[in-house]
Amino acid sequence: MDVGTLAFSALYQFGDAFAFLVLSACGLAVIFGMMGVINLAHGEFIMCGAYVTVSVAHTGLPLPLAIACGAIVSAMVGALVELIVIRHLYERPLDTIVATWGLSLIATQGTLILLGSTMAGVGTPFGSFQMGGYSYSLYRLVLFFMALAVLAGLYALFNWTRFGVMARATIQVPHMAAALGVDTRLVYSLTFALGAGLAGLTGGLYAPTMTLVPTMGTTFIMEAFVTVVVGGADVFLGTAPAAAVLAVVKSVMTSWQGQLFGQIGLLVTVIIVIRVLPKGISGFLLRERA
Amino acid sequence: MNALTRFFARLEGPQTIGRGPGFWIGFLVVLTGACLYPQFSDGYTVGNTVYFFTWVFMALGLSLIWGYGGALSFGQTAFFGIAGYSYGILTINFGAAYGFTLVAVVLAVAIAALFAVLLGYFLFFGRISGVFLGIVTLSVTLVLERFMAQTAGPEWRIGSARLNGFNGMSNMPPLTIPWPGGDIVLFPDVQLYYVVLGLLVLVYLLLRILVNSSFGNVLVAIRENPERAEMLGYDIRKYQLGAFVIGAALAGLSGVLYTTWGQYITPSSMGMTAAALPIVWVAVGGRSDITSTLIGTLVVLSAFQALTIHGSQYALVVMGILLVLTVLIAPRGLILSGASRIGRLFGKRGDA
Repeated sequence: MDVGTLAFSALYQFGDAFAFLVLSACGLAVIFGMMGVINLAHGEFIMCGAYVTVSVAHTGLPLPLAIACGAIVSAMVGALVELIVIRHLYERPLDTIVATWGLSLIATQGTLILLGSTMAGVGTPFGSFQMGGYSYSLYRLVLFFMALAVLAGLYALFNWTRFGVMARATIQVPHMAAALGVDTRLVYSLTFALGAGLAGLTGGLYAPTMTLVPTMGTTFIMEAFVTVVVGGADVFLGTAPAAAVLAVVKSVMTSWQGQLFGQIGLLVTVIIVIRVLPKGISGFLLRERA
Repeated sequence: MNALTRFFARLEGPQTIGRGPGFWIGFLVVLTGACLYPQFSDGYTVGNTVYFFTWVFMALGLSLIWGYGGALSFGQTAFFGIAGYSYGILTINFGAAYGFTLVAVVLAVAIAALFAVLLGYFLFFGRISGVFLGIVTLSVTLVLERFMAQTAGPEWRIGSARLNGFNGMSNMPPLTIPWPGGDIVLFPDVQLYYVVLGLLVLVYLLLRILVNSSFGNVLVAIRENPERAEMLGYDIRKYQLGAFVIGAALAGLSGVLYTTWGQYITPSSMGMTAAALPIVWVAVGGRSDITSTLIGTLVVLSAFQALTIHGSQYALVVMGILLVLTVLIAPRGLILSGASRIGRLFGKRGDA
């Protein structure tokens, strides 16, 4: 195997890991950055997106449209959850985690009761391509570019739109933003729905590549946690660089010892990083900048 | 008599509800009832009660870390699993002769506590708090579960103990007490019941002394305001680590007792769902008081089992709803809120 092929293979695996980490974590990170709340039902929103996507795809609609449906339905479920549960707990962020864990239990077991233990999936689209005697799935490249697109989209949303300005004002000083006429409650609701929608998008994007089971959320949740912890509260200065660093660890460990050691590598990295940078990468970067 | 009053004085304090002769008479009545109970019941029901008791230790540990210390440790089942597997590995390799099972219990709990020291050092000395503490401990648990689930192959063995992957380990010897004229084997029946009940009472009373000591008061001060506690000169990292290790050891004790009870331990006893259940028990009862935690855990566990028998698949949904409702309506916990209401009704002193 020549150097070019080897480099491509490494890059491909890095891209795959990077996409998985960014997409797993972005919804969680948006909600965490905004409200300081970790949504433990994050995995279940991903599961919701995946189930809706596959159900819609089974009716014959093209996959991109089905994925969009998955994201929208998840966002709507998120808005509903925010209205019923989360809204009443803004004063108590630690209790929110516990409540969302309860929601996660309800969602996982509820799905199992309503839809059974598994659901027929859809095949991975686009097939594969050959490079230096190895075959690579084209869809994984699509996922990588989707991860970049999600980051770019979030950047545009938070920096160039009216919602983004209001959201950033609410993050910085909620009371001041409220005094200036920002409906902070609405901003929180929309952010939670956005986070849930991003989780649904992730579920939809990964639905063709995995088996649909009610517990599929836990496949993503550990990676999402790890990325958010390493990244800290900021999506762009935190989640993206954290995902890049962790993707290196994960892809190296995975190709060396397999999937599980990829995860153990992530966990060990996290425990070391929090010992050194308790506020994550974004906390470190922002302190340097200030 | 004087020594006895001093002993009781140490069991009472601002951090626990229940004080005075009335409470302790009630405690003795309940204890007597618990001691007599096997006389009026069959072996199976008694064994089942032991099953409930084995979980209470983990709940009490979580109450200490989360309720008193304010640190969200969502990974109690990791210590549960570590201790359970350690017990299995030790006893399968070295057998049950000469009371080795008792040594194995101590060693297994010590291994879980040692793991907690290692993990807790990074967490608390890295000053991880609040939300992050919860998700890191939970991540550790999830990875541990996945690690144990993939140990199905024959290469995963420690001595003569196969780890058996997702199916878990079984056939480890039950607790055995060496006795002249034949060892006493504690099968999940009346004998094991008395041993576990004794342990439970001991742990409960020791925890009462602990939380009402200066250690417990500092722990509560840290929960209420970590900066203030630090300004007052306490090294909050050491106190939190201490509580974390004690809680982990109790979770480990649960794990060992569970393993000896069913002679069986699997990776799913550490998974996401398994990790959520202690949170439900402790939150529903009232996490900031060990008596409420104890009662709440037993009530929720028996309700959960009754539900499992009558509508197995809905039990977890009910647990989830119970957790959400508790957080929304009675954040201090149902029993603790109820107890404080009754306390106010009778105009007793104190905030209990």
